[in-house]
Amino acid sequence: MTAARPVQPPKPDAAILREGLGIVWSGMRQEKRMITIAVIGAALWAAATVATSMAIGYITENIITPAAASGDVTGAALWSIFGLLGAILVANALGVILRRVWAVMAGFNLQASYRRRVTRQYLRLPLTWHHRHPSGQLLSNAHADIEATWMVFNPLPMAIGVIFMLAIAGTQMFFVDPTLALIGLLVFPLLFAANLVFQRYMSPRVTAAQQLRAQVSEVAHESFEAGLVVKALGREREEAARFDAATYALRDSMIRVGRTRGVFEPVIEAIPTLGTLAVLGVGTARVASGDLVAADVVEIAYLFSILAFPVRALGWVLAELPRTVVGHRRVSSVLQAQGSMEYGDVALAASGPARSESRNIEFGYQEYAAPEELGSRVVTTEKPGDVVPAIRGVHLDIPAGSTTALVGPTGSGKSTLSNIVVRLVDPDAGVVSLDGLDLRSIKQGGVTDAVALVAQQTFMFDGTVRDNVDLGLGMSDDEVSRALAIAHADEFVEQLPDGMDTEIGERGGSLSGGQRQRVALARAVARSPRMLVLDDATSAVDPKIEQDILASLRDSASGTTVLVIAYRMATVRLADRIVYMEDGAIQDEGSHKELMGRCTGYADLVSAYAREAAARAAIAADEEESHG
Amino acid sequence: MAEPQESDAQARSSIGSSELSTIATLRRGVELSPELRRGLGLTIVLAMIAAIGRVVIPFAVQQTIDRGILAPGGPDLDFVWMAIVAAAVTVGLTSIAQFFVNVRLFTAAESGLASLRNTAFRHIHNLSVLTQNTERRGSLVSRVTSDVDTISNFVQFGGLMLLISSAQIVVASLVMLFYSPLLTLVVYLCLLPLVLLVRRFQPMLGRAYGLVRVRVGDMLGAISESIVGAVAIRAYGVEERTAGRLDTTIEAHRKSAVKAQTRSVAAFTSGIVFTGLTTIVVLVVGTVMVTRDMLQPGELIAFLFLVQLFAQPVLMATEILNELQNAIAGWRRVIGVIDTPADVADPGGSGVVLPRGPITVDFDSVGYEYQAGKPVLFDVNLTIPPRTKVAIVGQTGSGKTTLAKLLTRLMDPSAGTVRLDGQDLRHIAFESLRSRVVMVPQEGFLFDQSLVDNIRFGRPDASDSDIDLALTELGLDAWVAGLPHGLATQVGQRGESLSAGERQLVAIARAYLADPDLLVLDEATSAVDPGTEVRIQRALEGLTTGRTSVAIAHRLSTAQAADVVVVVDKGEIVEVGPHADLVDAGGVYTRMFASWANQQEGV
Repeated sequence: MTAARPVQPPKPDAAILREGLGIVWSGMRQEKRMITIAVIGAALWAAATVATSMAIGYITENIITPAAASGDVTGAALWSIFGLLGAILVANALGVILRRVWAVMAGFNLQASYRRRVTRQYLRLPLTWHHRHPSGQLLSNAHADIEATWMVFNPLPMAIGVIFMLAIAGTQMFFVDPTLALIGLLVFPLLFAANLVFQRYMSPRVTAAQQLRAQVSEVAHESFEAGLVVKALGREREEAARFDAATYALRDSMIRVGRTRGVFEPVIEAIPTLGTLAVLGVGTARVASGDLVAADVVEIAYLFSILAFPVRALGWVLAELPRTVVGHRRVSSVLQAQGSMEYGDVALAASGPARSESRNIEFGYQEYAAPEELGSRVVTTEKPGDVVPAIRGVHLDIPAGSTTALVGPTGSGKSTLSNIVVRLVDPDAGVVSLDGLDLRSIKQGGVTDAVALVAQQTFMFDGTVRDNVDLGLGMSDDEVSRALAIAHADEFVEQLPDGMDTEIGERGGSLSGGQRQRVALARAVARSPRMLVLDDATSAVDPKIEQDILASLRDSASGTTVLVIAYRMATVRLADRIVYMEDGAIQDEGSHKELMGRCTGYADLVSAYAREAAARAAIAADEEESHG
Repeated sequence: MAEPQESDAQARSSIGSSELSTIATLRRGVELSPELRRGLGLTIVLAMIAAIGRVVIPFAVQQTIDRGILAPGGPDLDFVWMAIVAAAVTVGLTSIAQFFVNVRLFTAAESGLASLRNTAFRHIHNLSVLTQNTERRGSLVSRVTSDVDTISNFVQFGGLMLLISSAQIVVASLVMLFYSPLLTLVVYLCLLPLVLLVRRFQPMLGRAYGLVRVRVGDMLGAISESIVGAVAIRAYGVEERTAGRLDTTIEAHRKSAVKAQTRSVAAFTSGIVFTGLTTIVVLVVGTVMVTRDMLQPGELIAFLFLVQLFAQPVLMATEILNELQNAIAGWRRVIGVIDTPADVADPGGSGVVLPRGPITVDFDSVGYEYQAGKPVLFDVNLTIPPRTKVAIVGQTGSGKTTLAKLLTRLMDPSAGTVRLDGQDLRHIAFESLRSRVVMVPQEGFLFDQSLVDNIRFGRPDASDSDIDLALTELGLDAWVAGLPHGLATQVGQRGESLSAGERQLVAIARAYLADPDLLVLDEATSAVDPGTEVRIQRALEGLTTGRTSVAIAHRLSTAQAADVVVVVDKGEIVEVGPHADLVDAGGVYTRMFASWANQQEGV
């Protein structure tokens, strides 16, 4: 269970606003064309909205009042109402379309471009970086955080339009009557200030709710992943209680949001209403004193009523800014992460078995660091956790064309060492070389072209069996079939609905564990690698099939160096040399016979079953004797 | 709503969304979250009061103009001030009403949706798809998270607006009728085409947003592949290919999102056009009415305000109804999961509670098929007497694991009956079943907690000394002592900071602690080294002495040690008997054992 992360969401103070506006500005510059069109639309909309009230004032004064007085109106006058308001309406609609559509496009373009950049980082950054970051966090960086960063582009153009509108309306009010305009000067800053206070109270509550929402998701995710264990141990009730606690916390937090909104929304709505009433009061007094005509009062009152709602768009932008800032900081921490693998420009030989040497290898795992705090100013520096040594001063030679078995008890560092040998990770100290060349000097893609690893936990891509074997190399049917046959996957693949073109679903969900392992083996074999590393790669396969696979590998892999990690004796026995590891260090190496004679750890490990069988036989014999 | 994308997703996840209509979905939704309805009447009354506040202004404007500013004999200042004060007081009162509407609505919505989440969560744990289709849990998570969030977002913002907007439409209509029934008719006639248009837009928008959801799913799938598959991608140097796939899904999502938004802008713009036209028509007709003395100029101006106040909520309502489609789609998906019959449900109050003690198991003509017409297990008849150690052996895909899942009721058989002590498994209370039968799966999931918390998952009330004792008896104390922080070691997400073998050790310690009458081991030690495995097997034998146990194993040493070996081949039981009898019988087992023994040679 992930403990609730202590979160200090940033309050919308001046620094956050500045940072947020900086991010918005950079986004606007990145999508200059789209944003320009959207801003033009916003200006058009603002002008049309204000023009509507001017037109109605004009119509009241020049058409309706005379019509009331004379008791008659001409058709031309009526048509002029239609023409005037109709033209403004067209401008208004056009403005809305430009403003909204192009702003939406700018926002989604930014989202898409940041997603491409973030996922490129995921592909570029080394595995050690991946190990330090929980996958849920990375998924949220690439999705929710990017969305949070650029969501502000939805209300932004309207807010820009409102600024235009306030400028136009303000000027207009001053022309009509400076005294009434003064009320506007009081009301709109007040409205803005109320919005600001509202956001100050609201955004920490919204952020807290967001965090709790993430927590609900984490609990659900973990609990469903654990579905089998939960069911097998009958822990449904406890899991439901755990989930209930998370949802109730979210519910209470959302109700707090509602309460805050309940206080501020009516206040913010009441301010322009009260402003309109003030305009009427003062306006009437000025009509009485003969300074104004009734139509002027109507016009300004109408201006107030049309501004009241759009002005709130400024508040929406302010509300989004803290989220923008937090999202952007999280995304930036991925984009700025350093430590990619370095590559040289040396090319390896294209064929023939490879020779691998490792010298003085040291490697330690960093313990899980505390999750980065949301909104903390410094997110790019990562607090390293304790380092747990996993490999200590290892020398490992794998001669060209040999088959070497790496044997050792659970947790002795075999998989870690194999990952270092194929350069999935670089060691903390020491040098790994292939054909005498330091792995770090070899050009990008050089090592993966020469070496194929079949990991303990296989990974299947969402696609067909063929996709998973050839991984974009464009192999012929024959090549794929041959690889599948060597891995003993041909039989079950043929029985799939579309043979090797059957979609196997996310993570290969429609295949069993043993079937996935065999497809993974085929993937490795299909590349005719110069060196093949099998990390307990046949554990989910029946012994008999494993035996067959290993036999066909030996036949087909004459030009291949093989490093194999296994517990099964049959597998180990295929090796020319056996290396025995314990506790991150190599204890001994040699032939099976040699190790049996001088390495007690090895002898104990591999003879465990035999000793067990012997012990049982002895007990059975005893029993027989006593019964007999 | 016919959504091809939705039915695609349905085919993939096997639990789709419900096929209910919008109204039926709402009805079923409210049924599942009764809190939504509680106190709704009062909330509506309060919303009406709040809406009055917004209509007060045009009334004040009209009164001020006609009876104040244009009063016969010069402006009547006293009257104007009185009208303004009255209006201000009304605004204050309605603000209070609006506060209560907000609070009541949030409380009702969030309480209702919390229940909905909890119901769905609990139900999902009763669906066998969770334990069978292990790779597709992500889509189930979204049923209790993002799908409910969609509804929540709608109810809070859309729901409130819908409520106040509807109230405002009603109040504005009443006031308009008071001024001029004829002009009110004009307004309604002008806005009628808008209503018809919105009805046409809605399914279009629904489809567009449905497509966005599918695209988001695809994109998240591709992104998570690049994260979870980090090792495979690097091991095979397929970064560029992966980047290409990512770009395709990211671009598809962008396109679908822009398309959906563009459609919603089209709907919104048509709203603006129609309300604008309404204003124009009202002005023209109103001016004519003014010349015929049917209306005062002030009344016409007031009416224009009212049109604005009437049109605003109509516009808002069209926008909200679009969002409603989004929420309904989410609701359908949640309802879809809740209304999927729980295939492995607790029999509830009528469930049989079995007394503790050694268990007898009977398989009576049991068959199972994951897909109709493709049985993986057929006509299995087997009796396991109490206190028997059984080993199930067979090739990959022969049906061993299916047998274990049926035995522990992780799923129910398609045909036949599984009985425990003569009682149909389906009739036994879960509580009783789980305390007596425990399975150790091949991959025991670890929670992102400390090691000791994970072991305690087997029996929440176990004391520290119980755990120490279990570890000692299993011979795992030395392993734990060697970990950086011993029992307090954090195991990381899914236990990733431990090796696969170490995770199996935790799973076994859990089961040991749970102390069941029937222990089912599904290749529980496949990833640990032989020395450790032998130690654990010994300890488990101690645990299972006098109890019934069933072990599925590749390593035939387990079969040698069992009382009875059951050989499964292509979905059928082909041989049953003690190892000693079967090993020379010349059947499947003889061949399997010979091959296995061959591998052990030379040690």
